[in-house]
Amino acid sequence: MLPKQEVVAMLLAGGRGSRLGVLTKNLAKPAVPFGGKYRIIDFPLSNCVNSGIETVGVLTQYQPLELNEYIGSGQPWDLDSMNAGVHILPPYEQSSGSDWYKGTANAIYQNIPFIDRYNPDYVVVLSGDHIYKMDYSKMIAFHKEHNASCTIAVYEVPMEEASRFGILNTNPDGSIYEFDEKPKVPKSNKASMGIYVFTWSKLRDYLIADEKDPNSSNDFGKNVLPTMLNAGERMFAYRFDGYWKDVGTIDSLWESNMDMLHPKAGLDLSSEDWKIYSRNPVVPPQYIAKGSKVQNSLVAEGCNVYGDLEFSILFQGVYVAPGAEVLDSIVMPGAVIEEGAKVQYAIVAENAVVGKNAVIGMRPEDMENRDDWGVAVVGPDCKIPEGTVVAPKEMVEAEEVQA
Amino acid sequence: MLGNNVLGILFAYVHEERVRDLTELRVMASVPYGGRYRLVDFALSNMVNSGLNKVGIITEANYQSLMDHLGSGKAWDLSRKREGLYLLPPFGKSTSRTDGKIESLDSIRRFIKNSMEKYVILSDCDTVCNIDYREALDQHIQTGADITIIYRHGDSPDVERNTIYTLDPSGRVIEMLIHRGSERDVNYGMGMYIVEREKLLDLVESCMSRNEYDLDRDLMRVIREMKVMGYEFTGTAYQITSFSAYFDANMALMEPKIRAELFNPNRPIYTKVRDDMPAKYGLESNVSNSLIADGCVIDGEVENCVLFRGVKIGKGAKVRNCVIMQDSVIGENSRLDYVVADKNVEVEANRTLMGYQTYPVFIAKDSKV
Repeated sequence: MLPKQEVVAMLLAGGRGSRLGVLTKNLAKPAVPFGGKYRIIDFPLSNCVNSGIETVGVLTQYQPLELNEYIGSGQPWDLDSMNAGVHILPPYEQSSGSDWYKGTANAIYQNIPFIDRYNPDYVVVLSGDHIYKMDYSKMIAFHKEHNASCTIAVYEVPMEEASRFGILNTNPDGSIYEFDEKPKVPKSNKASMGIYVFTWSKLRDYLIADEKDPNSSNDFGKNVLPTMLNAGERMFAYRFDGYWKDVGTIDSLWESNMDMLHPKAGLDLSSEDWKIYSRNPVVPPQYIAKGSKVQNSLVAEGCNVYGDLEFSILFQGVYVAPGAEVLDSIVMPGAVIEEGAKVQYAIVAENAVVGKNAVIGMRPEDMENRDDWGVAVVGPDCKIPEGTVVAPKEMVEAEEVQA
Repeated sequence: MLGNNVLGILFAYVHEERVRDLTELRVMASVPYGGRYRLVDFALSNMVNSGLNKVGIITEANYQSLMDHLGSGKAWDLSRKREGLYLLPPFGKSTSRTDGKIESLDSIRRFIKNSMEKYVILSDCDTVCNIDYREALDQHIQTGADITIIYRHGDSPDVERNTIYTLDPSGRVIEMLIHRGSERDVNYGMGMYIVEREKLLDLVESCMSRNEYDLDRDLMRVIREMKVMGYEFTGTAYQITSFSAYFDANMALMEPKIRAELFNPNRPIYTKVRDDMPAKYGLESNVSNSLIADGCVIDGEVENCVLFRGVKIGKGAKVRNCVIMQDSVIGENSRLDYVVADKNVEVEANRTLMGYQTYPVFIAKDSKV
């Protein structure tokens, strides 16, 4: 028996993230690079550590290789302690048979033995595709204070956008009386952030009951939470009002990266009191050459910049050749932008090569039809031949180009 | 696999007096270099990359910053159950000699004795280079040498004491001289030696009994009795022999070829992680020919500079030919030329500080200008 942990966090990192297209073809969504040196999962992991949560289970399923390697022993997040720490939890074979994780609730259900080892009072369920800084300990305190069975973090979205979200309708005391999934006529603007605090003894029973129900799709949002509400459990909404962004789509991933360039966007990566930790590469500092122009950009170590950068984010080890231009773009680790190439409003994925004089993406103001505009994406390891034009919204894969 | 039979010993303090400004508050080994490193990172990474997994670091005084930097040795993969990193602070007899390497080795005799490795590599921490010791070790074994001295060929640095070697055609050291000042076209020592552990113990004991404390000098006596061989290191190396040598060694990093050699991806230079955000360039930033570390925030002009982690350059500031260390802040509209600012320096707005290429101005740690 391990020493008791008051709180165990379970991070759902198994989703495919199919809306991120080529970026997640061989990579789990939480492992997608973000903000110049991070990966998306660094945010929930760092939040856990900074909130004092010592035990984190990471539920993986889709393309886990790189994610597993990245998390490793958990040492970069201080999650390599003796009796707690981070644990990768893939689906496994049991004597009764083996199952993939059928849904979010099933993923937790399959790991009841893992959670029971710590005998926790509370379980925090997190998702691996959000960019935000949040003190979970405050949310847990709120949960305790209200003697709740379940507390759901909510974010107030503009009323006109509320119909795109899972909306929670609450009583004046903050208790939830209704779940409204993508309502046509929203009654509230409190959108669920997919961050839950459960009293473990309660959740454990509901998970077991849910698993027995053959009609259930074993999902928190669709099944477990409504069942709990119908059974009259105390469920509360916890309001969060910092920076929060779901980066599940190419556009939102691009936008959220760009937010990091704006000091007023609300998420300060430089703050000392709530650091975002990551696995640091072993590379020398970045070199900015003579004749280059670097403005309003974030550049990571190991980069060599000979060309021009504006409103862009360069991850470690990126090379920008003389005469190349990178504008309003994200260039992921190890990518090469050759002479005279122009990358604008684009995402260039890991180890891709943009050939000489190639043009990737376009500025929205240069478009004839603004509706056709979107972020252009060059997939991982993709080699764009010299002079090629990649249109806005286009997504290029490595195989496509070789053929 | 071969390298695992080698014990590493680093002298953290040697040659501190050559860069007094930088070593007033720290040992030579923890002098910051190249935007994110300390000198010890090179000495230590070279050993680790050559397969060594046990390294002892001998310190004398002022080793707090070194301890802070090294921690458990995790960053160099030296935090392990079997062997790893050993910090060896002074104990036993007190000594105030600046070059008492023999005495230092004598004071850690038990550490050397209790080690199982067959060979020992000894090195100072004043040289920036990327050396693969495995080649030198192979030569040491093949030639059946008692001691192998690693040297460079060329013009020796302009220092009080240079060790100059004369080799016969087989590579055996037949003469050894201590010289003052720079000399052209000679073989000069890098302060790196390979020796069998048992022989090192004998040597230390015989030197101690003769009241000889100086490793470089007292080896002179044994070259007749022992087989002392030379191994030439032909790669790039910067010995931090003076303040201007320190400045030049930083500026040399602007050359892509030199960076590629020193930071060879197959033999990376490890250092302590700081978890800074990437460097942030503001709307009015203008950076040219500079090495910039994580966590910098640049809103002004920067030319021919090395900026360490967390440096902030204010709007309208013009910083040229400078080495600015960790967390220093240069205020708005200030102008700096040929300045080396130690850690946590604050230069207020509208200040002007000018040095000269051969004599950069030094601003001490934590000062406010």
